[in-house]
Amino acid sequence: MNTTGSLWKRSVNGRTALLYLLPSIILFSVFVFYPMFRTIYLSFFLTDQAGNAAINVGFENYQYLLGSSEFQNSMKATILFVLYTVPIGIILALFFALLANEKLKGIGFFRTMYSSTMGVSVAASSVIWLFMFNPSIGMFNRLLQTVGLPQIQWLLDPEWALLSVSMSTIWMNVGFSFLILLGGLQNIDEHLYESSRIDGAGYFYRLRRITLPMLSPTLFFIITISLINAFQTFGQIDILTKGGPSQSTNLIVYSIYREAFVNYQFGTASAQAVILFVIILIVTILQFKLGERKVHYQ
Amino acid sequence: MKKVELINVSKSYDKQVDVISNINVTIEPGEFFVLVGPSGCGKSTMLRMIAGLEEITGGTLKIGEQIANNLSPDKRDLSMVFQNYALYPHLTVQQNITFGLDVKRMKKDEQKRKAAEVASMLGLTDYLARKPRELSGGQRQRVALARAIVSETPICLMDEPLSNLDAKLRAHMRSEIRRIQRTLGITMIYVTHDQVEAMTMGDRIMILHEGKIQQIGKPIDIYNHPANPFVATFIGSPPMNLAKAVLDETTEELVVENELRIPVPGMERSKLPSHGMTVGIRPESILPLTPEQTGGVKLEVTTTNVEVLGNETIFSFHVGTEEWMAKWSGQWHIGIGEQLPVWLEFDSLSIFDGEEGHLIKKTVDQSHHVVQQEVVE
Ligand SMILES: Nc1ncnc2c1ncn2[C@@H]1O[C@H](COP(=O)(O)OP(=O)(O)OP(=O)(O)O)[C@@H](O)[C@H]1O
Ligand SMILES: [Mg+2]
Repeated sequence: MNTTGSLWKRSVNGRTALLYLLPSIILFSVFVFYPMFRTIYLSFFLTDQAGNAAINVGFENYQYLLGSSEFQNSMKATILFVLYTVPIGIILALFFALLANEKLKGIGFFRTMYSSTMGVSVAASSVIWLFMFNPSIGMFNRLLQTVGLPQIQWLLDPEWALLSVSMSTIWMNVGFSFLILLGGLQNIDEHLYESSRIDGAGYFYRLRRITLPMLSPTLFFIITISLINAFQTFGQIDILTKGGPSQSTNLIVYSIYREAFVNYQFGTASAQAVILFVIILIVTILQFKLGERKVHYQ
Repeated sequence: MKKVELINVSKSYDKQVDVISNINVTIEPGEFFVLVGPSGCGKSTMLRMIAGLEEITGGTLKIGEQIANNLSPDKRDLSMVFQNYALYPHLTVQQNITFGLDVKRMKKDEQKRKAAEVASMLGLTDYLARKPRELSGGQRQRVALARAIVSETPICLMDEPLSNLDAKLRAHMRSEIRRIQRTLGITMIYVTHDQVEAMTMGDRIMILHEGKIQQIGKPIDIYNHPANPFVATFIGSPPMNLAKAVLDETTEELVVENELRIPVPGMERSKLPSHGMTVGIRPESILPLTPEQTGGVKLEVTTTNVEVLGNETIFSFHVGTEEWMAKWSGQWHIGIGEQLPVWLEFDSLSIFDGEEGHLIKKTVDQSHHVVQQEVVE
């Protein structure tokens, strides 16, 4: 009696903390933890039409996936897509942010313009890009025509489709990255630059020894976010290519969607989702391990 | 060593109002020149113009013999200590100190040697591997100083470098900066709004108010002979007591605030104008009345406030509408509201023109000078 009483007393702080955390614990449980564990659970089953677990097959779903050429192709497309969009997107955003950080007349206009893609939804901008990619009336082919270059089947040619989707994705994401990087740049104390100017440091010297190191936490953040975003791309694929032509743009999230809601294979779809989760987890952990050494936090 | 010359320099941020105007001054090679004034008077602006960080909108700036108006900051051969230190937070103390040397592509071991030398001069040797955030305010300030010194530029600009330090460290750093400046023969332009720093460090002081020069001179001259009422109240603590006064032609007396009557000696009489004046007197020139005291003007005052600061006593009282303060050395037991006999002399008055504010009559130098001479002889 005595010991339980003191335990009850000793845990008073813990119980208070738990009470404060309760709202977010409930929210996270309903919307994050339950779906996550349900996904993991389902990945070990074959399911019926309604998505209920029917037969426990152990790791067979995973075995099937790793052997399936369709899944391998989807993984390959996803990795290529990430490699196309993330580095170029961030370098572009950094370039724009450096430009827009200069003190010039009317720079506010450019700042708004560069970040404006953030305000357009994926669906709306995908539709616009769809028109621009159109082989006969689209702007790109018209442009090629006037310059006298051969026409390109932007979204219909398996060679080009992934590049085209990457292009539009870079455009869509650059606004957000730009805004975050610009915020990071503006946080750097102006006096550091003034001091280095007195010492006679040139633009690129300042960029290398002041701007980039001071920006590294922001860069690190935006790289992580961009990587995760790229792995999870769905909207523009659905509108622009529907995974085609010949599976060349069947990125993993789109493949999960197709598996679950077109083929009603919730088991293999869940297994894919778990694999994606593990990949993102590994990439993020790797990035933290490698990045942390190079990042300078204030 | 290089001189810095400002000829008719002015600055306007919005092309309408001058925040600095008509600055004419020559800062001699190797001089410790202090720029002092109240907040917002344009001290930093002036320093930044000399450094080339701010455009000069009027007049000429000469560094050495060269006109420097459009010279880029790195061509001006100067170093600057910023008010907030501006240390690179991602670099170690060592890298911070050698940043400028690295820009100039000095060899690595040469950099290291110089950094070590300066670090030992400033007592930073133990901190070379640390980041600025791992240092105390005083250590950071010394790193900023080290960065300026290691560049061995003939001119050094400092913008309120001691404003964030406690009183003791500040006093220590004051003498440290002064020592380094003397040994290296740097031409120093030092901004502060602290008059103690100005008085103790400067070879010469320039007092700035609303972007205009009020007075330039040796600290002691400025203290003794302030050029106008602004300088009189800005330098000295507590400030000089001021009051309106007119000359009574018939009795040849100076009438201060319709209350205090001070006889004017014959030869001074002709210098005083017939219109209004402002008289000023330092608090330490209002003296306790002793029985053997004969000359001077006696007056009976009622104290309104008393402060005993260990070795000195400051009390205030009213003269007409003005509240004056007196400073007596030693501890005095004075109550608030007490009647007190004091005296003062015409010689210790500063008299300013009532309209234009310029100095008409200086104080006459007093006893201490004589004592010093005796010691010398
Ligand atoms: N970038 C700027 N744009 C417009 N006005 C400015 C700018 N910088 C300073 N000023 C104005 O110029 C005047 C002088 O400013 P300055 O910074 O030189 O003052 P200061 O003497 O250094 O004051 P403090 O002792 O507070 O540092 C102020 O009235 C200030 O408002
Ligand atoms: Mg200032």
